[in-house]
Amino acid sequence: MAGADSPVGGDPVAVAGQRVPSWLLALVPLLLIAVALGVFVGLGGPGLGERRGPPVEELAVEKTTLRPGVIELLVRNDGPDDVSIAQVQVNDAFAQFSGADQPIGRLHTAAVRVEQPWIEGEAYEVSLLTATGGTIIHEIPVAVATPETDVSFFALMALLGVYVGVIPIALGMLWLPWIGRISSRWLRLIMALTVGLLAFLAVDATLEGFKSAGEGSQAFGGPALVVIGAAIAYLSLSGVSEWLARRQQTTSAAGGSGDALALLVAVGIGLHNLGEGVAIGAAYSVGALTLGAFLVVGFAIHNTTEGIAIVAPLANRRPSVTRLIELGLIAGAPAVLGAWIGSAAFNSSLAAFLFGFGAGAIVQVVVQLAPSLRDDDGRLLHPAAVGGLTAGMAIMFATGLLVSV
Amino acid sequence: MTGAVPVLGASAVLLNSQGVLTGGAAARAAEHSGHEMDGAGGGHAGFRDGATVDHAANGFDPSDIVRDFDWGTTSRMAGGRTLRQWELQAVEREIEVAPGVSYAAWTYNGRIPGPTLRAREGERLRITFANGTGHPHTIHFHGIHPAEMDGVPGVGAGTIGPGGVTVYEFDAQPAGLHLYHCHVRPLAEHIAKGLYGAFIIDPAGGRPEADELVMVMNGFDTNFDRANELYAANTIPFAYMNRPIQARRDELVRVYLVNVLEYDLINSFHLHGNLFNYFPTGTGAAASELTDTVMLCQGQRGILEWRFPYAGKFMFHAHQSEFTELGWQGFFEVS
Repeated sequence: MAGADSPVGGDPVAVAGQRVPSWLLALVPLLLIAVALGVFVGLGGPGLGERRGPPVEELAVEKTTLRPGVIELLVRNDGPDDVSIAQVQVNDAFAQFSGADQPIGRLHTAAVRVEQPWIEGEAYEVSLLTATGGTIIHEIPVAVATPETDVSFFALMALLGVYVGVIPIALGMLWLPWIGRISSRWLRLIMALTVGLLAFLAVDATLEGFKSAGEGSQAFGGPALVVIGAAIAYLSLSGVSEWLARRQQTTSAAGGSGDALALLVAVGIGLHNLGEGVAIGAAYSVGALTLGAFLVVGFAIHNTTEGIAIVAPLANRRPSVTRLIELGLIAGAPAVLGAWIGSAAFNSSLAAFLFGFGAGAIVQVVVQLAPSLRDDDGRLLHPAAVGGLTAGMAIMFATGLLVSV
Repeated sequence: MTGAVPVLGASAVLLNSQGVLTGGAAARAAEHSGHEMDGAGGGHAGFRDGATVDHAANGFDPSDIVRDFDWGTTSRMAGGRTLRQWELQAVEREIEVAPGVSYAAWTYNGRIPGPTLRAREGERLRITFANGTGHPHTIHFHGIHPAEMDGVPGVGAGTIGPGGVTVYEFDAQPAGLHLYHCHVRPLAEHIAKGLYGAFIIDPAGGRPEADELVMVMNGFDTNFDRANELYAANTIPFAYMNRPIQARRDELVRVYLVNVLEYDLINSFHLHGNLFNYFPTGTGAAASELTDTVMLCQGQRGILEWRFPYAGKFMFHAHQSEFTELGWQGFFEVS
């Protein structure tokens, strides 16, 4: 357009007054697309004809709340068409209910409050009968009253987060003085162990993420959320570590990459513990988790190793106690946040994303740590490193058996 | 369809232990006492807010069907014998089987069950059948008749295609309670979609004067998983809970009961606060049993007779609790 108005041989955009702003050039295709789509929709999709077959009715139950005499389901329309819930059956009997009196649009949610004198410990099948006669079945394997989300509940979840997240990591960090005294060969072994631990956590978080993704609404992408979460975390942490590295170069040469690495490890583990907290909180809120000494002891052993991972890069430094506490909280406190999210606002799509996010963060940390495994000859996978990696994964696997939730 | 309840990792083990730990008798008793439901269903299972379907839009009402006997039109044949005639048409029809739930039904004359055909023993019966649907159908009558009048594929007129017409003609015998239904493959589908009705042949001498009712026990598989989502007598679940069947004290009540329920092996009828005389298939003069519950397989039928000594509301329903709470229950209101 600009070129057409320009004199032959002249600069197509240089003539003042005739110059078309570049933002307009960017906007024109957008407008044309909008117009074309508008015409297409306005004409009712010419040439496509009528839709074939009955409407597709898909609802995913995102949250189940059980209170005395009431089962409440939060459902989300997963499918392409509106869904009308006409009637509700519980265990093969019609039941009174309220909510969802309007058709539920795509991706919209509705709360269905069913009057059902349910009995603790028994199984229920809620069947939502739609306007076309289709049924959407939701199983409640064991009916347990949903905890009231009051202050004491959040306090309990916070305590749980501290027990399984903060305290074990703090304990693990107590190995710092010992790590400070060992030889560089042994230190490399410890670093390899750390990488092994983290690699296991990355795999674990990915698998948990895919599991969560398979359970709830697929409308937001399902398993893709895990991958997207991982990619975003990896890229963000890469950006942050680049930024940290540049800042250290410009400020003090003595800062060293150890501090930055420790911070990165703490952040990665923290993101992982966020996902772990979500799983614990969610399992607790549906009664699928028995809170007890065994669980806490299991997590203590499991997560103590995460403490070693944080302090390993600090072996030849003398970080302040405040700094150590900061690192411990960065790594452990997200478990508290996760427990709150999981118990009060569980959403399997969100959980899948968070697990993916944690996995991506850990992979980034592993990439950062890898160079520290190199021995004096520059070899990466020397026998000590292989031994450490294997031992790290083995420790995580074995201690993980104690705490599956 | 999976729900969002996260069952994570080793939770199966934990779930079980949870059940053992908390599922004790004490916990159950405590849970049970607190909340007796008394919503729109008044403590009974029912549709949302006690609503019912739009009978007018459906074109038929169970409260009418229960007392609707179609005697057809009669004429004298040579020799003085009565010729009784009906016209039945297969019609595709969208029916509201539960409030807000529509079902693409196949019907005789636009209603489910089809007309209750009633004749007297020994009459000549002529049923003109027109197929107004896009699928092949027949009418297969129970009773005694020649093979070519049996309404099955490959015999006599056989299958009646879309737009086709045929005449079934035979003698009314034996006296009793019978039924008719479509007999085209796949049978379960053709029956379950609504092609059936009751067929009554009165004994030559008639039956004692009574308040007569007809109940065709049926159900609907609305999601096509070969299991019924809805159960009823005369099609609409809970219809007689919303509008009880009126009865009078000490008056003889006679129910013509037919089971056509598809997909379930049996069905049943149970009467509250009373017992009834049961005449299987209505073919004998003597009752087989004085009882309050009878069980019928598909195609089985019988006549029930009793009197209400007390005024008040008395329930009747299938004595399979599942069927009851999925719609097959009602009230007699005795005054």
